[in-house]
Amino acid sequence: MFLNRKYFPILVTMALFALMMAMGAFRYTGFFSLQVLFNLLIDNAFLLVVAVGMTFVIVSGGIDLSVGSMIALTTMMSASLVQQHGVPPLVVIPLVLLFGCAFGWAMGAIIHYFKVQPFIVTLAGMFLARGLCYVISLGTITIDHPAYTSIAMAKISLPGGSFLSVNVVIALVVVLAGIFVAHYTRFGRNVYALGGSEQSTLLMGLPVGRTKIGVYVVSGFCSSLAGVIYTFYMLSGYGLHAIGTELDAIAAVVIGGTLLTGGVGYITGTFFGVLIYGVIQTLISFEGTLSSWWTRIAIGVLLFVFIVLQRALSARRSTVKL
Amino acid sequence: MNRMMKHHLFWPLSVLGALLLFNLVYSPDFFSIKMQGGQLYGNLIDILNFGAPLILVAIGMTLVIATKGIDLSVGSVVAIAGAMSCLTISKGADQNSLGLVLGAVGLALVLSLATGLWNGLLVCGFGIQPIIATLILMVAGRGIAQLITDGQIITLSSDRYKFIGAGSLAALPFSIFVVAAVFAAAALLTRRTALGLFIESVGTNPEASRLAGVRSNVVVLVVYMFCGLCAGIAGLLLSSNVSSADGNNAGLWYELDAILAVVIGGTSLNGGRFYLTGTLVGALIIQTLSTTIYSVGIAPEITLVVKAFVVLAVCLIQSESFRQAIAQRWRTRRYPGEKEVARHVS
Repeated sequence: MFLNRKYFPILVTMALFALMMAMGAFRYTGFFSLQVLFNLLIDNAFLLVVAVGMTFVIVSGGIDLSVGSMIALTTMMSASLVQQHGVPPLVVIPLVLLFGCAFGWAMGAIIHYFKVQPFIVTLAGMFLARGLCYVISLGTITIDHPAYTSIAMAKISLPGGSFLSVNVVIALVVVLAGIFVAHYTRFGRNVYALGGSEQSTLLMGLPVGRTKIGVYVVSGFCSSLAGVIYTFYMLSGYGLHAIGTELDAIAAVVIGGTLLTGGVGYITGTFFGVLIYGVIQTLISFEGTLSSWWTRIAIGVLLFVFIVLQRALSARRSTVKL
Repeated sequence: MNRMMKHHLFWPLSVLGALLLFNLVYSPDFFSIKMQGGQLYGNLIDILNFGAPLILVAIGMTLVIATKGIDLSVGSVVAIAGAMSCLTISKGADQNSLGLVLGAVGLALVLSLATGLWNGLLVCGFGIQPIIATLILMVAGRGIAQLITDGQIITLSSDRYKFIGAGSLAALPFSIFVVAAVFAAAALLTRRTALGLFIESVGTNPEASRLAGVRSNVVVLVVYMFCGLCAGIAGLLLSSNVSSADGNNAGLWYELDAILAVVIGGTSLNGGRFYLTGTLVGALIIQTLSTTIYSVGIAPEITLVVKAFVVLAVCLIQSESFRQAIAQRWRTRRYPGEKEVARHVS
């Protein structure tokens, strides 16, 4: 059961993560500590949340390019509302989350009802969200509201002297909720069915429209939640925040073994995909002599390896060749 | 009138016309072109000059999209080509020597052809979806560009190299001639030879065209290489215009603008029919939009909001179900019963 072929990509991802951790542990002193692992999570909590939403979209056979801009817009809206309009954070956070859902719903509705390609619609969403940031303000808005700073500074101490941040807790809850929704609810199963074949899903009488739009609502929610986390992380709102996060999220999802053609993928895989992304960054910073752009090249190479691997696996399953 | 509206250039041209008209009303001297020191200056010339890289990238993208593909890596290729040529020139003893500049340009173009070859091989050799295959280079490419420039912004003092992007020939910017040459070559190759037909047939149905004797793989490979080459030339124009190479920011968002130009120009993302002239108009619309926003005095960043609505509007106009929904609303009768009948009859 565990050696089922459908678990193969995810096992490769996990093995790769273990290998990279082991490599780091042997090469650098101080690498093999719980805190290094936790720092991975602390620095990539927002990416983790975005990637969970992205996994749903990609499994359903779509793509969402608007997530990075949505993070920026959320930080901008939060900062502006809290700092310039004096709205209490308890109102602001639900408001921005609701806005994220509405934004996702609108994109999903256009994709479903007017049959426009998701790539183009979410591209427009990306432009729109990024542009709206600048409509709010061209510069940075720093947040010094006590509620935000206290959450940002809060450290959850764990035995052994290591600690986590509130963001990590939120991200882990999102991951668990994602796993639950994907595998133990009707919606989750509909998403897999939709990604497998839209035609068959329709003929089976499953709610195609609701699922398709729902997936973008989930992604919109996740990206605005990631925006909230990002606000805690950066304590500011800025239109240039989180540029290129959509690519990082897609890369993490693919490295996690999700098929970009839809229908196959696991949230657990995405979790490890994000961790691998973080480990690459950590390894490069531990190495010291390598520069940050090696991250991008390494991610590109990993993307290539995983895409070819998936291609080889799916080619064996269906012998139809173009 | 109806036939005119059906023409594929009708909507793009009317949008461009409306934009220019707005500019004329807003600032009457928008169209004035001055002669200064043997060179023409004016807003229209600026639009052509600054729009040149985008037009180039969009021409390549049109052909890729016509084969039912997409190339997300063009922005990175723009950065790579600029970085490569600037690095080569900066390493030379005499930055102004003709041989060095030509060598650098050649090297950059070969490199961009190679990136196109890589994309093409992934798409037709491995059979990976184009959007995924080119995503790899989109992510890694910018890293490679930064690797080439070592994370620095390379600045040059080479007049010969600067000529490519900022020089002028016969009172017009040289870049306009580059674009005209590439456009003419693409138009001649696709409209005067069978190549265009092959591209359209591969885009409509790769399997059927393979069975009909078209070598789909070769066509796809050539198209991706051409797209890489176009992006490379655009990278040269951009980097030579400012005499520097910035691996991180050169050509940022070019892939999206180029795809937008192609879609505005009337080429469907589903492949098949393609319109090079439409793409040209589409790219000019985007550039005119940016220029307009600058001249009206809105912050340039807000262009993105306008662009978002343009993308959406264009896609909705192209969407069959949206047009049907509108048409239905238009023709709806007053009585619900009649509406019901009409729905069943149609």
